[in-house]
Amino acid sequence: MRAAVIVFPGSNCDRDMAVGLRAAGADVSMVWHKDADLPADIDLVAIPGGFSFGDYLRCGAIAAQSPICKAVVAHAQRGGYVLGVCNGFQVLTETGLLPGALMRNAELKFICKTVDLKVETSNSAYTQGYNAGDVVGFPVAHHDGNYTADQETLARLEDDARVAFRYSVNPNGSINDIAGILSENRRVLGMMPHPERAVDDGHGGTDGQALFRGLVGQLATA
Amino acid sequence: MKARVHVMLKNGVLDPQGEAVRRALGSLGFDGIEGVRQGKVIELDLVDGTSEDTINEMCEKLLANTVIESYRVEVI
Repeated sequence: MRAAVIVFPGSNCDRDMAVGLRAAGADVSMVWHKDADLPADIDLVAIPGGFSFGDYLRCGAIAAQSPICKAVVAHAQRGGYVLGVCNGFQVLTETGLLPGALMRNAELKFICKTVDLKVETSNSAYTQGYNAGDVVGFPVAHHDGNYTADQETLARLEDDARVAFRYSVNPNGSINDIAGILSENRRVLGMMPHPERAVDDGHGGTDGQALFRGLVGQLATA
Repeated sequence: MKARVHVMLKNGVLDPQGEAVRRALGSLGFDGIEGVRQGKVIELDLVDGTSEDTINEMCEKLLANTVIESYRVEVI
């Protein structure tokens, strides 16, 4: 299974993401934002956390206009898999690959702690390693994780079981306690919490391993 | 020519920053503040003759996130 991790100026979870994917068996390339093309035969694109372009204008807004993002959008439109974590989730909403937007946290504070999440569906390559209803602990580290969407979008997300993860205790004001959502074809996942920071005993928890193992396992056999 | 773009959170979208400013003004003793909304102003230096349609396109594609923000263009 071949994965590409996109690196923007200001990305700071790119290497963690690569470590998490490699530990699960993926062959990982790092791809610079100015590249116009992804490496050949990429199964998964991972957009990591960080502060791409210093969060100028809006989180993820400038990154979404970078040359590589056009290739990422084309990859997704061909049915490719894309995982966006934290700033990566913000980039995915800014590109329009996922609906809604991420606003400033309701309490206006940067939140950095491990939170409990409920896995809402096991029906995706990302969450098949869990059972719906499982509670997992992933770190969050964000200032703008307050997910919002209009009522119609929200109803569609809920009706189609596209909410992948929900906060047990809402840290940021996100609507319906949403922590992560899937695209219509369930191949694009955006989430604020960091599964790649929960894959090693040294992280204090390994609940993220099942996400990467399930993903790599499914794409390796696809 | 110059254009000034005003970007605001849409009505109905909770603005926690504006709310924090409102509370801070209240704690300074200013009474009667019923609401504060915070937005941003972006000034563009443009070649003369740039059409308003082009400026609107800039807003739609980058300057505002129309999922949560509205914008207003003022040519000056």
